[in-house]
Amino acid sequence: MSGEARDAVLGRLRRALGRGPRTPDELRRKLLARLAAPQPVLIPARGNLELEGRIRLFIAQANAVQTEVLRVGRYADLPDAAVDYLRRSSLPLQLVMATDPLLRRADWAATLLEIRHGRPEDRDPVGLTTAFAGIAETGTLMLLSSPETPTTLAFLPEISIIVLPAVRVLRAYEDGLRALREERGAMPRSVNFVTGPSRSGDIEQTIQLGAHGPRRLLVLLVDELPDGSPQPDA
Amino acid sequence: MEATSLSFKENARRAMGDETLQKALGFARTGFQDKRAAAAARLPEFDDLRDAAKAIKDHTLEHLDVYLEIFEQRVIEQGGKVHWARDAAEARAIILRLCKGAGARSVTKSKSMISEEIGLNEALEAQKIRCVETDLGEYIVQLAGETPSHILAPAIHMTKDRVSALFAEAHGTAPVDEPEALLAEARHALRQRYFEADVGITGANFLIAETGSVVLVTNEGNAELTQGLPRMHIALASIEKVVPTLEEACVLLRVLARSATGQEFSAYTTLLTGPKRPADLDGPTSFHVVLLDNGRGGMLGTEFQDILRCIRCGACMNHCPVYLATGGHAYGWVYPGPMGAVLTPSFIGIEKAHHLPNASTFCGRCEQVCPMRIPLPKMMRHWREEQFKRKLSPATGRYGLKLWAFAAKRPALYHLGAKVAIGLLCLLGGKRGRFRRLPLASGWTGSRDFPAPQGSTFQAQWRARRDRR
Repeated sequence: MSGEARDAVLGRLRRALGRGPRTPDELRRKLLARLAAPQPVLIPARGNLELEGRIRLFIAQANAVQTEVLRVGRYADLPDAAVDYLRRSSLPLQLVMATDPLLRRADWAATLLEIRHGRPEDRDPVGLTTAFAGIAETGTLMLLSSPETPTTLAFLPEISIIVLPAVRVLRAYEDGLRALREERGAMPRSVNFVTGPSRSGDIEQTIQLGAHGPRRLLVLLVDELPDGSPQPDA
Repeated sequence: MEATSLSFKENARRAMGDETLQKALGFARTGFQDKRAAAAARLPEFDDLRDAAKAIKDHTLEHLDVYLEIFEQRVIEQGGKVHWARDAAEARAIILRLCKGAGARSVTKSKSMISEEIGLNEALEAQKIRCVETDLGEYIVQLAGETPSHILAPAIHMTKDRVSALFAEAHGTAPVDEPEALLAEARHALRQRYFEADVGITGANFLIAETGSVVLVTNEGNAELTQGLPRMHIALASIEKVVPTLEEACVLLRVLARSATGQEFSAYTTLLTGPKRPADLDGPTSFHVVLLDNGRGGMLGTEFQDILRCIRCGACMNHCPVYLATGGHAYGWVYPGPMGAVLTPSFIGIEKAHHLPNASTFCGRCEQVCPMRIPLPKMMRHWREEQFKRKLSPATGRYGLKLWAFAAKRPALYHLGAKVAIGLLCLLGGKRGRFRRLPLASGWTGSRDFPAPQGSTFQAQWRARRDRR
């Protein structure tokens, strides 16, 4: 059925576009070449800032959509920052955590945190994972799925903590996508742009946080350069 | 879905007498419009982005066949499957076959207007496959046995008291009152459904030809749990959703969130490419995309091609005086508001929906706010012409228009007629200068007086003034 339907759908489009029964090879080649060299169309100027300016814009935009941001000096400070945050918010000191090598630069065992690694279960209260990049334009996090950073870590638990290297705060989504192409080559299964905690306005148009995804979102922004990362404003 | 678009007039009358609905629509008026205006004002490039977005979609539509072929090829390269459906029945059959093949007994679904278009939930339920809507508004509407009345806010017509009663009945819990508590209850109930589901069905905001990716936009995060937890993900998308590159999708995403809810960016924008990689710890093991035509191909190359640029932001209905007075259900089918008035006749036939293109004062606000610069009033006018040609409008109206057209093409006759009519009405209007009742104008005089013309015609006054100078 599908082959027949495919030919019928495409055939109708080709007729409407005044082509023959088959797509001309030349046109196909032209469009493939266009796809191979994607050009940014129009990027708002808002994020055209030096690194520190981008970081300030990122924090302001993130705060505007109820994302909390804590700036941390070194990776070694992460466990204490997480414990402080959870204590202050009267949350359980219990984490399910990504296995990103970046996180191994801190000694998590030295804290009171109860930690599990890998994929979260329904009842895990707090998930901690790493972001590939931050987008200054709208205070957005860019997360990639990988064996080390399962996507559900940022969606199932009620509290989501995301570690973001400050040097990875980029101007716009397009810069994040370019970095993805250059550094990873292929698309991961899931790329998640996250802008604030989960929300719904479906009951009487009143915005409520924590619809299905996290009720709270904390970004731990780390100033220390991750090994092998590009230099600021490279 | 059974269309009731032919009853638009009765539907609208009922809606306007519905106090609850009118209150709910009041929220939409201030909420959506003010937020969009503020978001647009914050971004100096907003109008330039709209031009860029339009150009991207126009380019894509001119090469739709090629981009769809490339998209299909890329999905297959990533380990996914693509299925083509000419119409609603084929799309339903494909999805049922996939669900049965997966041994599915339970399915979760994140909001998809196309699934409403093909009547998917009913088809699944008929095969004893439980289908649970996960978008909060859709979930509420599903519990009530209703249909969405807005493409973004499906339950916009309901008060929280109604939601509270629906939840108490469905969940067997004591009724709660606060929106926060209602949300927590829905969150808890749906959590279990996510974990039970064998298949997750989503729509698609965009398809990316370059990478074979499906783009989903939500605020709740329900799409991520819908597609991320079960072993199979089926994305149902109409053919016009494809865009060439990731960068071009960014342009569309920037105007989408701002036009829809006035957000800088929706909470979650997700790009999905193929099934779970072997070493990944989560994600579906099979990834399917169903490409639905259902009449869209037939609009390409016609006066309705521009509506294929629509990205379903809902701005046209949020700014439409008719939608804001009647709500979405009055339109009688899946798509309400100005975009619905153009799309519905295309999908179900003008003979079943000819009132909809007339449900407009042509005030033009829909076109003003449309991020894709779709000339909605122009297309409604095309449908009105079609309605006239097919004699679907009342005979008195058609003869009246013909008579008027005859006169309008003959200026001398027109001026004479206008002069006589105005003089007569002025005389009859008498001292009061207005009419309580007027033959052939009961549509007007039923609810207000008709002002009588004062003195001479416009042309006569114009001449008089010019001569005076």
